[in-house]
Amino acid sequence: MNRVELVTKPIDHLTEGLDEFVPANERHLLVVLPHPDDESFAAGGTMARCADANVPVTFLCGTYGDMGRRMGSPFFATRESMRDVRVSELREACRVLGATPRWLGLRDRTVEFEDPHDVAARIRDHLDELSPSTVITFFPGHAVHPDHDALGHATHLAVRTWAGGRPNLLAVAVGDRADIRAKLGPPHVYCDVRSVVERKLGALAAHRSQTEMMFQRWERGDEDDEQTRTFREEMLVLERYYRLPLD
Amino acid sequence: MGPIDPQTVQVELERRVGRDLFMHLETTTGSYTLLGPEKRPPVIAFVRNAPIHPERGSITGPGPYRVGLKLPGGWVYAEGLTDFEVSVRDELLLAGHDAEGNLTIALQLSTQPFRE
Repeated sequence: MNRVELVTKPIDHLTEGLDEFVPANERHLLVVLPHPDDESFAAGGTMARCADANVPVTFLCGTYGDMGRRMGSPFFATRESMRDVRVSELREACRVLGATPRWLGLRDRTVEFEDPHDVAARIRDHLDELSPSTVITFFPGHAVHPDHDALGHATHLAVRTWAGGRPNLLAVAVGDRADIRAKLGPPHVYCDVRSVVERKLGALAAHRSQTEMMFQRWERGDEDDEQTRTFREEMLVLERYYRLPLD
Repeated sequence: MGPIDPQTVQVELERRVGRDLFMHLETTTGSYTLLGPEKRPPVIAFVRNAPIHPERGSITGPGPYRVGLKLPGGWVYAEGLTDFEVSVRDELLLAGHDAEGNLTIALQLSTQPFRE
């Protein structure tokens, strides 16, 4: 299915019973995820929609992604150049999405071994400064990568213990869709990203070292299984979130 | 970074033998193997900035290559190395890449600590 067919296809069957995320109601969107490119995959459309509604968007990136395994296709990065490569890729992705990047400065793969209260305290400093109306992070325990789970946990802790307000805390679950549904039930909130799909794809492409191979595979279309096709089609039309309780 | 030339790498290893070095050693399957068709759990290890003082170092094999470093009280071993580079900071970077260009193993030696 090509992009035009995708974005003109009804999405009602995917959004039934879910609340719609309305960018115009937002004051500031803060996205807290551990790796450069997590933001574009998980929330790139929501970020671009907010930017279109003149809502400031900040991506607080936990690590520099400096332990990534993908080095480009063909590879052009090394373990030692990876940090600079991914920092400049993220700057470009944020420019495409209309967001401002910030860094927590943790090392890739080590987030779960930091004291979560320390990490939460550092996230709270950003909450104090930005006073976001919505915070997006990963669903702790349901996000596959240990850095995802750990930063989701620390962000949840930070928002719960923040004295400055009660933002909406939205969480992204990662992994097998049926498995997630069985454990967590249906998501609560969706954002329709069809109007900004080209920018979401542009931001993903900006993360060249990480996504070049994926785009090559999509072009070829020969290695896709049903789950990959569904993931791609849904990713280009909507982003879905669980609300995390703050009490 | 380009394909390993074993003679050049041997010279680079010998330049570093007998010195106080910092080592980065890593092997990785990537974090998302559970989502793949075979649902294998990830297997990943790295040591960053381990101080070592090798007394002998060699590269062997027809390619992919193996490197062994003999230490006063032990060994460093890496297999599956395909590419190398001497960085502008004079770090010896050895890496293995799979057919798609993903990093599978890295062995790096430097007289200065690698970036934290």
